Amino acid sequence: MIDAIDRALIVATQDGLPLVSRPYHAIAGRLGIAPEEAMRRLAAMLDTGIIRRIGAVPNHYAIGWTANGMTVWDVPDEAIDEAGAAVGALAFVTHCYRRPRALPEWPYNLFAMVHGSTRDEVRDKAMVIADLLGERCRSRDILFSSRILKKSGLRI
Amino acid sequence: MPELDAVDRRLIDELQGEFPLCAEPYAEVAGKLGLGEEELLQRLDRLLSRHVLTRFGPMYQIERIGGAFTLAALAVPEGRYEEVAAQVNALPQVAHNYRREHTLNMWFVLATETPDGIGEAIARIERTTGLKVRNFPKEREYFVEMKLGVRA
Repeated sequence: MIDAIDRALIVATQDGLPLVSRPYHAIAGRLGIAPEEAMRRLAAMLDTGIIRRIGAVPNHYAIGWTANGMTVWDVPDEAIDEAGAAVGALAFVTHCYRRPRALPEWPYNLFAMVHGSTRDEVRDKAMVIADLLGERCRSRDILFSSRILKKSGLRI
Repeated sequence: MPELDAVDRRLIDELQGEFPLCAEPYAEVAGKLGLGEEELLQRLDRLLSRHVLTRFGPMYQIERIGGAFTLAALAVPEGRYEEVAAQVNALPQVAHNYRREHTLNMWFVLATETPDGIGEAIARIERTTGLKVRNFPKEREYFVEMKLGVRA
């Protein structure tokens, strides 16, 4: 678990790192701690997975990935974990999760995000998933995104 | 689509890797790319202000500090779409929100500092919009890799 200083570090960096030569010094200065301590605490949060990574999040449309499909699949419960691991291991799948169904309108329990330059590319990639799932796929859909409404990341 | 030159592309790819934890991390990355630190900072600033990059910094997994994430969806009547998008986006707990082509046409991620925060945010959205929120919390994560190479 984190203490008050870690929490203050999260609040100070959730909008992003300052674009100055010594960003960790700048943050440490704001918090009134030593720069070494700020770096040590960030490194510890990376080690424990509280920070997934430090880096840039691109707007995928702006870097050429103009087609984004959330592919969703209805996989029998007894097969879902093996199927999910296999789908998640495909090089082109960027996120893969098991989520609950919302019956009767939403039968899908496996969600795999697929990006492409065109919708046909996304559909082709979805076919690779369909082939991999074989008879384990009872029904499927692709929800293409048509607009980013918000993308700010978390705020605590 | 905004114009990106070859340096921007390499920069975006490089910055999706592990950013260094050292006194002068931008200088270190600039050195790898054969750029000056000042040029790298200017390019990064421009990519952020043009929204080619949506953010730059640590990505936090709120579950690891006792918080929660969920994916949720709404079926929004087309005539009310902009109004509902503004109502949903107004909540700071909404980390991102996408329009998707389906009856469930608005899909957003909620991130809250406590597990109870998810239910509260959903109740608030239902109260504000008058629409039923479908909640699809993650039951298992099989893979997450948020890096995408530049194709532009």
